[in-house]
Amino acid sequence: MKAMNKKVYILSFVAVILGLIAGAFFMLVTNNNPLDGYYYLFRGGLMNIERFGNTLATATTLVFTGLSVAFAFRTGLFNIGASGQMLMGGLWATAIALTFQWPKPILLTVIIIGAALSGGLWGGISGWLKGRFNVNEVVSTIMLNWTAYWTIYYVIPKYFKGAFLETESRRIPQEASLRVEWLSSLFNGSYINLGFFLAIIVTIIIAFILNKTTLGYELKAVGFNRLAAEAAGINVQRNIMLSMMISGALAGLGGAVFYVGYASNMQIGVLPAQGFDGIAVSLLGANSPFGVFVAALFFGLLHSGKGFMSAMTSIPPEIADTIIATIIYFAATSILIEKLWDRFRRKGGRE
Amino acid sequence: MWSIISSIFPYAIAFTIPLLITALGGLFSERSGVVNIGLEGLMVVGSFTGALVIAMLEKSLPGYAIWIGLLAAMVAGGLFALLHAFACINLNANQIISGTAINMIAGSLTVYLARNITGSGNIHIVNGLSRKDIPLLVDIPIIGKLFFAQTYASTWFVLLIVLASWFLLYRMVFGLRLRACGEHPHAADAAGINVSVVRYIAVIISGAYAALGGAVIIVTYSGEFNGSVAGLGFLALASLIFGQWKPLGILGSTLFFGFASTVANVSQVIPGLASIPGIILKTFPYIATLIALVFFSKSSQAPKALGEPYDKGKR
Repeated sequence: MKAMNKKVYILSFVAVILGLIAGAFFMLVTNNNPLDGYYYLFRGGLMNIERFGNTLATATTLVFTGLSVAFAFRTGLFNIGASGQMLMGGLWATAIALTFQWPKPILLTVIIIGAALSGGLWGGISGWLKGRFNVNEVVSTIMLNWTAYWTIYYVIPKYFKGAFLETESRRIPQEASLRVEWLSSLFNGSYINLGFFLAIIVTIIIAFILNKTTLGYELKAVGFNRLAAEAAGINVQRNIMLSMMISGALAGLGGAVFYVGYASNMQIGVLPAQGFDGIAVSLLGANSPFGVFVAALFFGLLHSGKGFMSAMTSIPPEIADTIIATIIYFAATSILIEKLWDRFRRKGGRE
Repeated sequence: MWSIISSIFPYAIAFTIPLLITALGGLFSERSGVVNIGLEGLMVVGSFTGALVIAMLEKSLPGYAIWIGLLAAMVAGGLFALLHAFACINLNANQIISGTAINMIAGSLTVYLARNITGSGNIHIVNGLSRKDIPLLVDIPIIGKLFFAQTYASTWFVLLIVLASWFLLYRMVFGLRLRACGEHPHAADAAGINVSVVRYIAVIISGAYAALGGAVIIVTYSGEFNGSVAGLGFLALASLIFGQWKPLGILGSTLFFGFASTVANVSQVIPGLASIPGIILKTFPYIATLIALVFFSKSSQAPKALGEPYDKGKR
């Protein structure tokens, strides 16, 4: 088991290296110097305390979407609806933040719990359809992504329209934002917010649920073999629905920390890429909660450094997204790497 | 009511055609047994390639540039789909992850390249296709005005491909083989069919068709590449499922969804339609597909081996 885990991490590492090589290749193709590119990319995410804070803030959302995808994976389900669940969590958070003027602790509690419930409901629909009618969760989460996309598209302009633009909500007031004075000034005015601490706590809770509780054991059993789990007396339907609800709730929390923490309003016409980045985070973190946390920090670094890189060089910021996307592809095709690695090791053993 | 229908009909057709050809591409891939959720990304590749080639050629080769652009898009889409085919067929990779990677690579890499070329990340073409009436046929009462007035040449090109594809799938040996690979690859293999080759061809066709869909958007109603096709690839996927993986089914479902989306798009302008809330029209295709999945959960027409890597040793 330990050896297998080690292999998974080595494969993740190789996928990252190959993704970075692909990124260098695309920089070369477009007449840019990859060394400069990577230097400024990493420098942009790390060079001072403010930018480091931004890296953590960017990573925060990815921790949640990564955990969301990983939790579903561990229980044998594929949640590619984290984007839609994020939007529903974000819609709740934005709606509460713009409607009520309660004291900050109460407001934030309602925002966070409600966002988790909204995302959980959105994911739970897929879980219910899967458990009750055996509807493939990949298809249903895709459909719900776009249902959420168009819901936001019409609800935000109608009820929460911004002062200047039709395509975004009003600004989230200071009182309802996850950003707090002491933390922002500690990081010299960075985007970092309370969401980061929430991410740490939730990572620990999810690790605990998966590894130390009966619930986690049952969920994983259903993931390994649905029929065997059923024969052992586990309620499969209930567990599938519960798993998708928890997965959706995690993405919903991601929506809250993104829309009322990192960002300061909600834009329409965007299916947040963080939901799909979550797949990369989860694959790279080998679906373990702590692995996800580290992978999210890495992708957060790529995302937060890309603006600086594009300002200092002529490399467009989309290179970071391209690198993440190719890492997913290399992670999907890691079987090839695995085969080569096994062959290499066998050869090494013989010599 | 009639005047409303006949006035939005050309728009609805223009919106439906890219959807139809993309869904048909999905049909090829999925009937051969390979799930392709990368349709969105393949459309983006097509719209990028189409826009780029047309923008480069439209000064020197006016008139031909558009058709060269459409063909170039098909070639680029077919090549890009090779990534998916290689992962799914040679490596037995997770087809959903590979498809997601296709979507993400296409969405980011095309904008990256476009920014290097134009600076802004958008590629604008000056001349698209113009709308034309078909002589004689346009004078047929009722349907003449609906189907033959104000049409794009690309619409007829796509409809021709749809017809040819139906013939290929249901009247030719290759089509039978392709469908056999999606239903029962082991039986197909035993009958001497090379499952991998058939699936490769099917995935390449799906890439070419989806890319054509993306390029058609550029030469008809959009005129500009901007790095996204706004979820049309996923709408095509919904049409494919709602149409139960059958050519006539997807023809019906794409028309149905195309109409709903068009009505939502123009309801601001046409007073008679303002009473239907846009949110219902826009979410309708996705919710209808979910409901259809529930209804068909016992009797789904999905290819039986869909999403399963072909493993010779498994019986």
